[in-house]
Amino acid sequence: MNETLTINTTINGRSRSIEVEVNHTLLDVLRDEVDLTGTKECCVVGECGACTVIIDGRPMNSCLMLAVEIDGSEVTTVEGLEIHGELNVLQASFLDESAAQCGFCIPGQLMSATALLHDNPDPTVEQVQEGLAGNLCRCAGYEQITKAVLAAAKEAMR
Amino acid sequence: MKSVGSSPRRGGGLGRVTGHQQYLADIKLPDVLQVKLVTLPVARAKINSIDVTEAEALPGVAFVMTSADLPQPMPRFGPQFQDRPVLADGETKYHGEAVAAVAAETKEIAEEAVRLVKVHYDELHGGVYSVAEALADNPLLVQDPKLRGDSPLAHTNIIDEKHFGWGDIDSQESDLIVEDTFQFPMVTHFAIEPHGFMAAPDGDGIEIWSTIQHPYLLQKIMAKLLDMPLAMVRVHAPDPGGGFGGKQIPKLEPLIAYMALRAQRPVRLILTLDETFQTVRRSSAEVRVRLGFTENGVFTFQDIETNFLVGAYVDIADRVVSKSSYSAAGPYSVPAVKIIGRTIVSHTTPSTAFRGFGIPQISWARESVIDEAALRLGVDRLDIRLRNLARYREEFIPLEEADGDWEQTVRTAAKRIGWNDPLPPNRGRGIACGMKSGPTTGLSYSTVRLLYDGSAMVYAGTSDMGQGARTVFAQIASDELGVPLENIAVVMGDTAVVPYDQQTSASRSSVLMGTAVQRACQDIQGKVLTMATELYGINEDAVKTVGGRLLLPDREVTLTEVMQEALAPLGGEVIGNGEMRKEKDPNHPLGGTAAFFEFNCTASEVEVDMETGHVTLIKHVTVGDVGRSLNPKQVTAQDDGAAIQGLGHTLMEHYIFDDAGRVRNIGAIDYRILTSMDLPLEMHSESIENADGPGPYGIKGVSEGSLLVTAPAVGAAVREATGKVIRDLPLTPQRVWEALQEDENGS
Repeated sequence: MNETLTINTTINGRSRSIEVEVNHTLLDVLRDEVDLTGTKECCVVGECGACTVIIDGRPMNSCLMLAVEIDGSEVTTVEGLEIHGELNVLQASFLDESAAQCGFCIPGQLMSATALLHDNPDPTVEQVQEGLAGNLCRCAGYEQITKAVLAAAKEAMR
Repeated sequence: MKSVGSSPRRGGGLGRVTGHQQYLADIKLPDVLQVKLVTLPVARAKINSIDVTEAEALPGVAFVMTSADLPQPMPRFGPQFQDRPVLADGETKYHGEAVAAVAAETKEIAEEAVRLVKVHYDELHGGVYSVAEALADNPLLVQDPKLRGDSPLAHTNIIDEKHFGWGDIDSQESDLIVEDTFQFPMVTHFAIEPHGFMAAPDGDGIEIWSTIQHPYLLQKIMAKLLDMPLAMVRVHAPDPGGGFGGKQIPKLEPLIAYMALRAQRPVRLILTLDETFQTVRRSSAEVRVRLGFTENGVFTFQDIETNFLVGAYVDIADRVVSKSSYSAAGPYSVPAVKIIGRTIVSHTTPSTAFRGFGIPQISWARESVIDEAALRLGVDRLDIRLRNLARYREEFIPLEEADGDWEQTVRTAAKRIGWNDPLPPNRGRGIACGMKSGPTTGLSYSTVRLLYDGSAMVYAGTSDMGQGARTVFAQIASDELGVPLENIAVVMGDTAVVPYDQQTSASRSSVLMGTAVQRACQDIQGKVLTMATELYGINEDAVKTVGGRLLLPDREVTLTEVMQEALAPLGGEVIGNGEMRKEKDPNHPLGGTAAFFEFNCTASEVEVDMETGHVTLIKHVTVGDVGRSLNPKQVTAQDDGAAIQGLGHTLMEHYIFDDAGRVRNIGAIDYRILTSMDLPLEMHSESIENADGPGPYGIKGVSEGSLLVTAPAVGAAVREATGKVIRDLPLTPQRVWEALQEDENGS
């Protein structure tokens, strides 16, 4: 058994005290310990973006972080996007634009898009493409994803 | 309210945007052992012995599985040839082939134990890594001739050589003959969901979970290997997180099944992305094309030789070769054609199906040579294609007819790209045509249940890996039963629950399974109609069925109303079954005619940076002949996606090997696919809809068309911009820059 540490963190609005092994990544802990499997594992080298979560407002590759690093932080995963059981604007927009095909990259895309819109509520096409450049989609739904983010931005500003 | 033809939200979409969709790796089995593969850092090695003592002594390790723990002789399997061993058999034949596997209580312990497994091996120097090496005199043989049965080619690296064609190419008179050879690289599927496998003993049988596209093929293969009845092999196939052909054929499932039976516990192996690079790839190919023309640019003949370099085991690659080679002459009317197609094994990652199924490799060469001919003849590159395009319903290949207005498709693409518009400096345009045969045989069953409250369940053995099968099956059922879309559940992915489907491939599912679903709904319509005649004491011919309603002599009722009245007070349901067969044709060289063709015309405009060789896609247009769009948004998403995937092999993707046959660019850092920053500045995907397909409401298959001819369209545009012919893909800045440095003599 490896050395463990207890961390205090807020995940999707819920305060948690979790004992984590010091060598475990945040991705491992979210998926295997906290049972939040919406965050996906693909490249584990920070290139594909499937494991993107939001930590204190910033999008991060959870495969590149140790779980102990989130001690005292606020983490949002894709499971935290719904508001009172209702899809948020971005999620609804992804559905309406058929942006989710196989869907495996979509949690990561949504988290990057959430962070982008938080910083820049009215992005241009180029800004969306740049903001989501770290999220690979092999179905290559980039056109639909970009459209969905722009539509969500518009909807949110109404 | 018609659902077909509209674009409702995706079936299964909710789970995909909330994170609740359960992909294979999200499923937790109790008391599960974690498996990690043991591989060698070399391509070819003779395995002398494997010492597992130290690894098995590590606390938490259940056991290490080696070939000695498997039935003898080594069980082998495959969809065409039973040539793939469950674990490397005495030697590794490619870089990354598993020689053993560790089962342990945690992933970390398994990883640590992998490092403790002592494999004593001798690296075998030299190997077959190219077509030239494979076809050399007295070549090193990749496969043991003893495993090749009575094949006359058993003592070569050629698995099969196919001869197709018609007419006599030698007796044709041509004003111009052009010949050239083009190379297509090895590329990988790179589904964002890496392959995953789980297995667990289940009474007298076994349960297997796989990211597979063909659960029923897996069930068949496992039943045979384990000598179990089909009924005792239950395959769970959750929606794959991208497949693209890479998840069609079983790979490591047999190993996992044997390990579960040995452990008498569930076992789980989730590959890393890096491991998927050593599990699946597209066949590379060397394609020689010799074309004859009249002075007006009309084909006199085509002479095509395709050499596909497949991997160490054949997988489905030989079928890729035969199917694509058969239609190598493309969508054209050609008086004489000679085609030789070879399936050549090598000491590389086994290649398998990949979107386009061999057509991108061949069309890269053929379409590029057509452009050369057009230039030499002084015929416009669009016109030369229009002059030769097969006409609607023409038998352009023996036993195959052109099943669409392909000219309309080509003209639409030319118009969208602005074919005749003046070009700014450093720009070029290209246009290319291609088509791919849909399934040649097929068998799909569907069961549909109209439940008492008027909701419905559709059972379909298709794998929804992003193409949106769930949505279109629900749309079909909605229109046929008059049930709102939101009240329809589509059940897939469990061979113990869902009736047989041959496979999810060749863009078949909307056409074949879609028909089975429609027929199951019609079966329900018929049963409810009988209920109505009995309930209301009327004759069958006095009732008309329109979608989900029955038109009685005096009024109109819904299927649900009739069912509820007939089945009261106990309740119950009406069950319908549907079957769709695409029969074999023994006279056809492929064993069956194409159910449909996916015809596509792609046109591209690029700008080349003459200093760096970088290619910018200014505008990219794809037009497909789809029959009808059941769900236009999903069709566009598939078309855009296929085109962008095609731009991957066109511009940036390829395996790089070292001299010892090891892949040097494994993983997401060293192997680039397109990101949102690499897209064409402008993209159009369009559908031609003449409702002339064989599927429900006149549909044809879609999903592969837009990457069939991406490379030749972009290559032609780069050629126009630079004046240089580049015969190897991808068109990386380095390759384009090097071409730009060549002088007129090509040196």
